[in-house]
Amino acid sequence: MNKEKFILILIIGASIITACGKEPTSLVVMTHDSFAVSEATIAAFEEENDIDVAFLPSGDAGSTLNRAILVKEAPIADILFGIDNTFLSRAIDEDLFDAYITPLVNEIPDVFKLDGQNRVVPIDFGDVCINYDKQFFRENNLDIPSSLDDLTDPKYANLLVVENPATSSPGLAFMFATIAEYGENGYLGFWKELKENGVVIVNDWGTAYYTNFSGSAGQGAQPMVVSYGTSPAAEVVFAEEELDESPTASLIGRNMCFRQIEFAGILKGSKNRAMAERFIDFMLSTQFQEDIPLNMFVFPVNQNAHIPKEFLDHVQLPDHPAVINTDEIAENRDVWIEAWRELMLR
Amino acid sequence: MKILENRQQWSLFWIFPILFIVGFYFLPMASILGHTFASGSDSVLTNQINWTIAGRVVGFTFYQASLSTLITLLVGLPSAYLFGRFSFRGKNLLRILSTLPFILPTVVVAAGFNALIGPKGWLNLLIMDILQISTPPIRLLNSMPAILIAHVFYNTSIVIRVVGTAWEQLDQKLENAARMLGATPNNVFWKVTFPLLLPSILSATVLVFLFNFTSFGVILMMGGAAYTTIEVEIYIQTMQFLNLKMAGILSLIQLTFSMLLTFLSLRISGDRNVPIIPMIEGEGLRKPDSLLEKLFVYILTALLIILLVSPTAALLFRSISTFSMSNSIGGMASLGLTLENYRGLFFNDRHSLFFVPPIAALRNSVLFAAASMTTALILGIMISVSSSKNERSNKYLGFLVMLPLGTSAVTLGLGYLSAFSSTPNSIRWFPILIPMVHALIALPFVIRIIQPVIQSIPANLHEAAMTLGVPERQLWKHIDLPLIRKSLATAAIYAFAISLGEFGATSFLIRPEFPTLPIAIFRYLNLPGGKNYGKAMAMAAILLIICGIGFFIIERLQIKVKGENQ
Repeated sequence: MNKEKFILILIIGASIITACGKEPTSLVVMTHDSFAVSEATIAAFEEENDIDVAFLPSGDAGSTLNRAILVKEAPIADILFGIDNTFLSRAIDEDLFDAYITPLVNEIPDVFKLDGQNRVVPIDFGDVCINYDKQFFRENNLDIPSSLDDLTDPKYANLLVVENPATSSPGLAFMFATIAEYGENGYLGFWKELKENGVVIVNDWGTAYYTNFSGSAGQGAQPMVVSYGTSPAAEVVFAEEELDESPTASLIGRNMCFRQIEFAGILKGSKNRAMAERFIDFMLSTQFQEDIPLNMFVFPVNQNAHIPKEFLDHVQLPDHPAVINTDEIAENRDVWIEAWRELMLR
Repeated sequence: MKILENRQQWSLFWIFPILFIVGFYFLPMASILGHTFASGSDSVLTNQINWTIAGRVVGFTFYQASLSTLITLLVGLPSAYLFGRFSFRGKNLLRILSTLPFILPTVVVAAGFNALIGPKGWLNLLIMDILQISTPPIRLLNSMPAILIAHVFYNTSIVIRVVGTAWEQLDQKLENAARMLGATPNNVFWKVTFPLLLPSILSATVLVFLFNFTSFGVILMMGGAAYTTIEVEIYIQTMQFLNLKMAGILSLIQLTFSMLLTFLSLRISGDRNVPIIPMIEGEGLRKPDSLLEKLFVYILTALLIILLVSPTAALLFRSISTFSMSNSIGGMASLGLTLENYRGLFFNDRHSLFFVPPIAALRNSVLFAAASMTTALILGIMISVSSSKNERSNKYLGFLVMLPLGTSAVTLGLGYLSAFSSTPNSIRWFPILIPMVHALIALPFVIRIIQPVIQSIPANLHEAAMTLGVPERQLWKHIDLPLIRKSLATAAIYAFAISLGEFGATSFLIRPEFPTLPIAIFRYLNLPGGKNYGKAMAMAAILLIICGIGFFIIERLQIKVKGENQ
């Protein structure tokens, strides 16, 4: 009786193998799970260069980078996209990338170019901000908090949900924002006050946004959540019924938002260097750059790219986003996170 | 001569499983642990081990796993009695519904609980309406009780299936004989029934404990950030701090405790097997007749529906409902019914390259699950049969196959990356590894479910059959297979369900060309917006319904075949 099953499994195995084996050689792009792009955009590149582009989503930004580091002796991809400024130093220290100067370098504002040696190029940027449930604030006649300090006011007690910086990238970004505002000696004092004011901490963005936040489809209990500056636009784009106004907005006071810049680089050991260079150029072209906003809900770095109406209408850009030097982040991130965990979770 | 031949035949039976376990478990584990403890020139390997954190997470892991297991047994054992001894209306349906949680990704379970007992959940809205209060009375999410409830939700069906099936197949003549000899019902239970059930109770307890012990998603998403198990800490140390040394130590601690536990349980249950006899379907079952029995059946059924079925039902209901945007806290959310979420699944309205057509996700999921189930069943039968013939193989194989259950999914996933990624074209054939990992994780279940049954087939049945002229090679087909069919179906359901629900190790191996349903759900929940949330719920509902139908078919098949045999 095992024979039949053996044959069955052989067939299944063989069909999977042949299904996989059929593909031609291709350019492999390792990305984080939030990477998204239109079919037409990639098809255009594939057609023009007669190559197949394969994407390899590998977890969140941190996981993706760590995977690349673990297999760097035998790289599984040609390009890595999705390292942000909070992880940049680790990628550089691990010597993952070969330098490449793109001809499009002049179309990118200097403020985004964080690696002087051009081992990575900036592709997009976005802010991690606190979103609030407009209706809740309206109905309860509450003022909109305008600074991080405001959040410790008792009138906002139990109204904020944040993510654990040890498990969530927006959570980490928000912790960096508080360090930018209060310094590495002062941020824990602020967090202590937040804790006393009933801040809710969960591990991942999905839980924070969909289970805890009252302004989302999950109908939770907290009207403020650490999310992205573009989330209000996504709420309109993906609304169940058409909306003129977003149900949520961002708090964009001084140092309340942390700006994440995402980079791409050509992995050392790529067997397809020429094509990888072309793809980097393509990622900076207006065609790709204009495709970014409504797919990944971040802003393009190419200043010639048009920003979609949904972004202009529903996204607020902070005048003073929080900034921390990438070297300083690399040196202290583990210590900062561990100290935060010790204070907030134990 | 004959004996020799037999020996060779059985040795072949355990060689395959051994090769499988070595290739798909020990090789990747050795690779990643080697990476971890190699005296490092590499910058990533110079990290320190923080024993305070290690001690703390180990302590909490034991605490929550013991408590969760205890509560699961408190609910599960009476339920096993219910399923093993009584026939009542809707029994098969309830059995299937109670197994469904197993396939659900934690993200979705969290959403189900939120729809049911969240601050805007139906239960809270109802109570608030009845009592005319403005704050939600039930506040369970992100707390220790949420972890316990979720573990009970996930794992009770293991006790029902493993112990319930054993109970049903228990030879009632033994209990009757004891009764005839004047034993009180109490004595019959403790002196006869309980010792006979002990191996299966231990099996179920170990499986449930290991699941709770290595719990990841439930702790991460339902407990809030304050609770950290070993598995969660391994994830944080690996993915956030890239502290492979600490992660490796934690992996080893987790593995050691799991091995100790498995070893102990195998020791205690020893050779005691429940003697089973051929039975007509439903022979051991009776309708509840006394008032007490009726009360027992009704109350327990109601409890199981509340605990195990209502969150899934809430999820299904959420997938066909819309909330209007008037959602202020304290105000009533108005509710509408819609199929928009389902319709939306079929449209790639953003023309995204990563759009997952539900049919494709479904096909991939089912294909992976079928391949995993087949692999696990074949290996499981091989191991169980060779174990029943050979003491030594029984001891070692039974122990070896339990290892993957106690192993961190993150570690195993990284092990696969580290062991296999340097092979040519590795990312192309990586998805083939998925059914292998799933089979590896399902194998302990398959064996724990079918091995006790195979071992307890009375030898005199074979002798009797041979006396009656059945050739030796057909004994398996005519005696063994019909006897283990029920357990085989149960094992198949678990293998199938484990494959569908597994997320940890899968996420390391999956490719965008082969998205599965859980991956598709995850993608939708990665973006803000009501539509995405709705689609995620609809996708989860599809997963539930398909699995429900799958389970139903497997159970039907088994009963039908049995019927034909009579």
